[in-house]
Amino acid sequence: MAFLEVKSISKHFGGLMAVDQVSFKIEKGEIISIIGPNGAGKTTIFNMLTGVYSIDAGEIDFEGKPIHNRSPQEVVSSGISRTFQNIRLFSNMRVIENVLVGTHIDTHYSFLDVLLRTKKYKKYEAENTVKAVEILRSIGLGDRIHDYADSLSYGAQRKLEIARAIATNAKVLLLDEPAAGMNPQESEELLQFIRTLRDGGYTIILIEHDMSVVMNISDRIYVIDHGKKIAEGLPDEVANNPRVIAAYLGGEKKYAENS
Amino acid sequence: MKNILSQMLLPQFHKFYIAAIILTLIFLPLLGLSQYVLRIMIMIGIYAMLAMGLNMLTGYTGQVSLGHAAFYAIGAYVSALLATTLQLNFFIAMLAGVVVAAISSLLLALTTLRLTGTYLSIATLGYGEIIRMILLNWEPVTNGPLGVRNIPRPSFLGYELTLANNGIYYLMLVLLGIISLLCYLIINSKIGRAFIAIKEDELAAQFMGIKTTGYKVLAFVISASIAGAAGSFYAHMIRYIDPNTFTFDTSILMLSIVILGGMGTFRGMYVGAAILIAFPEALRFLAAYRFVVYGLILVLMMRFRPQGLLGWRSSNPYRLSKQVSEMLAQEGNREITLKPFEGKEEAVKG
Ligand SMILES: Nc1ncnc2c1ncn2[C@@H]1O[C@H](COP(=O)(O)OP(=O)(O)O)[C@@H](O)[C@H]1O
Ligand SMILES: [Mg+2]
Repeated sequence: MAFLEVKSISKHFGGLMAVDQVSFKIEKGEIISIIGPNGAGKTTIFNMLTGVYSIDAGEIDFEGKPIHNRSPQEVVSSGISRTFQNIRLFSNMRVIENVLVGTHIDTHYSFLDVLLRTKKYKKYEAENTVKAVEILRSIGLGDRIHDYADSLSYGAQRKLEIARAIATNAKVLLLDEPAAGMNPQESEELLQFIRTLRDGGYTIILIEHDMSVVMNISDRIYVIDHGKKIAEGLPDEVANNPRVIAAYLGGEKKYAENS
Repeated sequence: MKNILSQMLLPQFHKFYIAAIILTLIFLPLLGLSQYVLRIMIMIGIYAMLAMGLNMLTGYTGQVSLGHAAFYAIGAYVSALLATTLQLNFFIAMLAGVVVAAISSLLLALTTLRLTGTYLSIATLGYGEIIRMILLNWEPVTNGPLGVRNIPRPSFLGYELTLANNGIYYLMLVLLGIISLLCYLIINSKIGRAFIAIKEDELAAQFMGIKTTGYKVLAFVISASIAGAAGSFYAHMIRYIDPNTFTFDTSILMLSIVILGGMGTFRGMYVGAAILIAFPEALRFLAAYRFVVYGLILVLMMRFRPQGLLGWRSSNPYRLSKQVSEMLAQEGNREITLKPFEGKEEAVKG
């Protein structure tokens, strides 16, 4: 059985089939990518994986246990954490505080510990703060810990979201278009960082609409169009798949109309 | 010049400023202030407590309550009734007032769990009116519109605290100090961070594993308990209460202080209370238009300075404890490889 297995999940909004019987799986320590044009249903898949939406049909198993139709808190405590396509940081908090919020889940002191400033409280606060700084250093934000989150550049904010997700003790990271809005150099750096995460043992699912971004990093690619999975396989196979090329040409046209 | 100013505001001097302000507050009554002035200062203290409490809910957690006078009333009535009928000591009566305010806020919070934003505000507004109606109409217990009279003064170790002997003033300072300390401890912990995260982005907070509903209820209860304590102190200070003290206007006044001072700050609560309580006294001729003025302040603040008068961001670095600084220094700049969490080693084997 795979580490994380998504079996034929579906979601509709009124008459729109946003996600239609999509399946995929990922083994521990892999990077897979879900690609497809805007509006294909990629973010909806993440929302189903993380408990934002219930699923209409299908099953999601993580480490052999079903995790669909759980609350976001239950999903994150099982070890799956995510970032957002539209950055959702705690913008009036400092960089380090954002990451400290991420450590909330593994901070087990009581209200009384807070009021009495017990050893337990101090131990957790100290350890979590060190952990937060370590994560920030390794992601390249070590010199920004005191700054407020919204004073960071766009690229740095995306990194901070990843840092915050890591702080929840995640084993699986779901990254929704992490390179969006970055220049090619930033985006290359980010992908390099994602590789080191994978080498450290993290399991990563990337969402991307630009196929070229994830070509070199993915163990496997799944292509979604109009809610349906239209292709899967190694990056090379997918890139040369006629259905994918057709979807992407259609997709590009949609872009043009949108913008 | 500007250099000197910014030098003076450095964080290492904050302790001295705070100490100076506290010392001034302690020695102020010894200047022989009139009872009138002393009473205004005590009212400022009470409203600072109320604002402190509401700030936990509205300023930090982002849940707007328009009915907080209800908890102020519950604290005042429970404490006053217990003290007049059972001759309970002030501190015990106050504790009872706080507990009842907390329980009633728990009931309100649990029944409005699913409400957010404007709907929640309207529910709290309704709750405030219900409590006032109960106070007005449950005559056998609350004495209805006549209110509760002859509430005993607080006494401490057999020593009666009055305005004349400054005892009430110092009791106010002590209570305000305790409430400020409690709020400080709560805010600087995972609880406070959870509150702020909920205000900033509730969905993202859920993805951090924060049980947002539970924390919102907690913020409600903390906030109401503080209002209950302030109510109890008010009742024993003023010695006569009736339902007219605890109207919608009072709830709005509390909210105005929080917004004027700066939501999510401590300094803002003291300064906001001082301004909004002292001004109407100074401008008596405006008394009839008080609420026009409050309304105007709210609108103008929302338009031009939504963060409040004192709601600036600290430009000081985040405070790392000594322990943390040492741990980080030891680590130096060594390369860190992030590894996924594999579960803690069992602490207790067996
Ligand atoms: N909460 C929702 N209510 C209604 N329609 C939605 C909702 N969320 C997503 N959709 C629709 O589902 C489709 C897929 O959206 P999404 O998953 O965001 O696409 P992608 O992330 O691939 O760009 C879009 O047509 C979108 O409008
Ligand atoms: Mg999307």
